[in-house]
Amino acid sequence: MHKIALGGNPNSGKTSVFNALTGSHQHVGNWPGVTVERKEGELKIESERFTLIDLPGTYSLSANSLDEKIARDFIIDKKPELTVIVIDQTNIERNFYLVLEIIEMGRPVLLVLNMDDEAKKMGINVDSDGLSKYLNVSVCKTVANRRLGIDVLKEQIRSAVQSQNKPKVLKFSEKTEKLIEEIEPFFKEHDQDLRRWFAIKALEKDEFLQEILSVEDYEALNQKIEWVEKSIANETDILLAEERYAIIHGIAKEFIKRVLTEEDRERFSTKIDHVVTHRIWGIPIFAGIMWLMFQLAFYIGGYFVDVVDYWFSRFGDYLASVMGNSMFSAFITDAVIGGLGAFAVFLPQLFVLFLFISFLGDIGYMSRAAFVMDKFMHTLGLHGKSFIPMILGFGCTVPGVMAARTLESKKDRVLTILVTPLMSCGARLPVYALLGSVFFAGQEGTITFLLYMIGIVLAIVMARVFKSTFFKNQETLFIMELPPYRWPSARETFGQAFRNSWQFLKKAGTIIFAAVIIIWLLSVFPAGIEAPPQDNFIGDFGRTLEPVFRPLGFKGWEAGVALTFGVLAKEIVVGTFGTLFTGQDFGELAEFAQAGLKGNLIQGLQTVFPNAISAFSFLLFVLIYTPCAAALATIKQEIGWKWMWFTAIYLFVLAYGVSFLFYNIGILFL
Amino acid sequence: MYVSEMKVGTSGKVTAIKAASMIKKRLLAMGLTPGTEFKIAKVAPMGDPIEINLRGYRLSLRKSEASCLEADIVGND
Repeated sequence: MHKIALGGNPNSGKTSVFNALTGSHQHVGNWPGVTVERKEGELKIESERFTLIDLPGTYSLSANSLDEKIARDFIIDKKPELTVIVIDQTNIERNFYLVLEIIEMGRPVLLVLNMDDEAKKMGINVDSDGLSKYLNVSVCKTVANRRLGIDVLKEQIRSAVQSQNKPKVLKFSEKTEKLIEEIEPFFKEHDQDLRRWFAIKALEKDEFLQEILSVEDYEALNQKIEWVEKSIANETDILLAEERYAIIHGIAKEFIKRVLTEEDRERFSTKIDHVVTHRIWGIPIFAGIMWLMFQLAFYIGGYFVDVVDYWFSRFGDYLASVMGNSMFSAFITDAVIGGLGAFAVFLPQLFVLFLFISFLGDIGYMSRAAFVMDKFMHTLGLHGKSFIPMILGFGCTVPGVMAARTLESKKDRVLTILVTPLMSCGARLPVYALLGSVFFAGQEGTITFLLYMIGIVLAIVMARVFKSTFFKNQETLFIMELPPYRWPSARETFGQAFRNSWQFLKKAGTIIFAAVIIIWLLSVFPAGIEAPPQDNFIGDFGRTLEPVFRPLGFKGWEAGVALTFGVLAKEIVVGTFGTLFTGQDFGELAEFAQAGLKGNLIQGLQTVFPNAISAFSFLLFVLIYTPCAAALATIKQEIGWKWMWFTAIYLFVLAYGVSFLFYNIGILFL
Repeated sequence: MYVSEMKVGTSGKVTAIKAASMIKKRLLAMGLTPGTEFKIAKVAPMGDPIEINLRGYRLSLRKSEASCLEADIVGND
């Protein structure tokens, strides 16, 4: 199997090229040792098979960020037989900086001039044959999101892998070439093919050279660079960047023809930006888009929730009637079907949210949202791009955690994910509604609003705390492209939403499923299904927890049981109280009222929470404590086991602390 | 003057970059090399970050990052 790498700038359409080449033959994982997403795909060209490794999208390869280091190390250490570089043809000048850096590595390269349709509209015409001859690399034009030019690209990949042609060495100015020559001997013990590249990196003052040189040599190299800088009265890294752009300028002059001087699309983007990032309208528009997103997610998603719920319970009932009343049939209907249903019901909502996110990303709005919100988020120690994930958290923690992928640095990603569960998700609302109506009748709205606000304040405080403990002095840059607005291709946008949903199902599904089954087993053993849950392990568990929760004002083992079940999904807290106090599992107070069981439920709740202070203490606990299994599974998938456990534990401790303080101070005033 | 001090609508030419290695490398990669012309296109609603146009594309950067760049004003809208 031939190994080829795929590189390119962010917004260059690299993902479209990857999808166009590999179709559904993709595996998603992480780069070894780090939690940066690593996508790998397979493709067959004629009878030969290729593995395509998607490198992180980067502007350069100076190894400033983890993404850049991963991309660079892969090309240098793993020596792919070919590196395919995707270029946004409408922004060729800046895109070529990365191309030059990869060419400097001296490994076989193929250039994909993407977005050919937009380039044509803008009157940009690249002489790909001329460019190809000049650089001694294959050059291919595509419109990847419409799958144009892909067959030619495949054929070129095959022949480039076969020929192993190396790109032409692009010479810097004579002076710089002389400097490179003088520095090369420092690397005489290293691979001959890489000496020139090492020398260039030395001029860029790249710190990784420390790892490959002896202490004395590294010291001597630094002295040499210092001396050079004095003699040329310039910094060598600036000099190299200037010369790279000079080379690019030369290439552009030779091979790019611009027919029109007016760039229509640019004017179009500028017009939209006048409104979307307007000083006054920018924030209201952003808020409006977010509002629309939630409306759609809950309207469309909510419709499907009922449909999915209905069919799952019908199916469960059918199976129960066929299999009769045995432990095994209860296992299948309650645990297996119930467990599948538990996450199938919120898939439609997730899908709509994913769809919205990929649409906003594809049209180019995401970077504007970050631009509008960065000032605010940055004062909180977060990044402009953290805002969307946190907002999504109000709907569901799962898409919020997954949306944190757009953050470039691991630090921002982890920070954002750690505080996103504090955004009160939709599943916690039924709990607020139930306890609100029992203990704060008439004030439910205020109580709910208060809980949301407390969640936000805690998120802000915890972000600051984590930033100053785990990520001290780690600044992330906001130096990034605001891509032109583009009309997305339905295939790409829907495809992305499907892939995200599928990934969630596959990766999180197993964990959620396992959690559902474990909790089910705890609730039916050892006394059996007929017995109420309190006679089973889960009851013992609740009773063991009772003294733990007593200082928070919960007088009864039922609270502990409800909170344990709540780890499956927060809204189950309501159902659990229902089962424990009335023998019925309803979702809302109105349903209990309909069944004439409202009295029993209220009575039960009033025994467990003797006063409003203890009820609010419980609400605080539900707001803050350990996120549900689906959220935990997603956190594990995105940033690993270690952070998942950390999130689970810190939120539990925080919930305990906040409820404890509130209750014990609160009862003094009662 | 520093790029962070320039008003919206003014055009400038980069004269110097004075920044820590990480910011410097990114600014250079994005094409803000000495001599490059750019235009201050926009300020975000809360006053930071800013958007500048250069080399035919749009770039956003925080004022703290823009203050690493020195430039001469070459034009005004």
